[in-house]
Amino acid sequence: MTLPFAIIAGLTVGSAIAAMSLRNMVHCALSLVLTFAGLAGLYLQLNAEFVGFTQILVYVGAVSILIVFAILLTRSTEPKDEPSTVTPWAGISVAVGAFLTMALAVLASPVGKRLAAPAPEVSVKTLGQKLMTDYVLPLEVMALLLTAAMLGAVIIAMREKEGK
Amino acid sequence: MSPLWCYLTVSALLFCIGLAGALTRRNAIMVLIGIELMLNAANLNFIAFWRFSEHPETQTGLMFALFSIAIAAAEAAVGLALIITIYRHFRTANVDKVEDMKG
Repeated sequence: MTLPFAIIAGLTVGSAIAAMSLRNMVHCALSLVLTFAGLAGLYLQLNAEFVGFTQILVYVGAVSILIVFAILLTRSTEPKDEPSTVTPWAGISVAVGAFLTMALAVLASPVGKRLAAPAPEVSVKTLGQKLMTDYVLPLEVMALLLTAAMLGAVIIAMREKEGK
Repeated sequence: MSPLWCYLTVSALLFCIGLAGALTRRNAIMVLIGIELMLNAANLNFIAFWRFSEHPETQTGLMFALFSIAIAAAEAAVGLALIITIYRHFRTANVDKVEDMKG
């Protein structure tokens, strides 16, 4: 384990814990931005530059702004002393159990010891060529899905007219 | 460079943090944030397995991660629109208090 990896991984996991446990939801959203940025750093370490920058554009740029908007639009009018979680120990024990299972599987598997091959040559050009040839059908389906999701989100969130 | 198990452990940690949040928080937006964390953990797995595979030059894992990011963006947009509509209707984003399906 190298030092840069340890720093980025610690930052990512720490801010993820903060994002899920803080009481103020705006603080949660800001910690989430840090988690997404840390993940982008991990992608860059893994020689996936394009995915790393996509992560920054889509998650740090768009999704987190969307979440902040939603938090501000649904500012809760409920009393502050109400607990923000419900039966936390059941959920946390389920999550810890899941983590122990996955960690044991990872540590027991011989694949986990594998070291990286020399860094592959991945340019944005080859990625784009692949998207336009081998992956053109998924790309078009994705375009359709994004259009449908955008229209759907607008229609769902549109305020209904009075008297309808 | 760190071996594969380091990345897989970080990914498992992120997944379980997201799972714990989605199971325990009462606000619908926090549940959605937990789901986003779990999706991101899966993406990290895709990239890590791609980088440590025998043939990283095929770029399959990269493509999978890119499509997964696009789907997650669509999911976040629709999910947050639903939460805003629910908030307008019930005046709360608390998932415990949204009990009836009929308006």
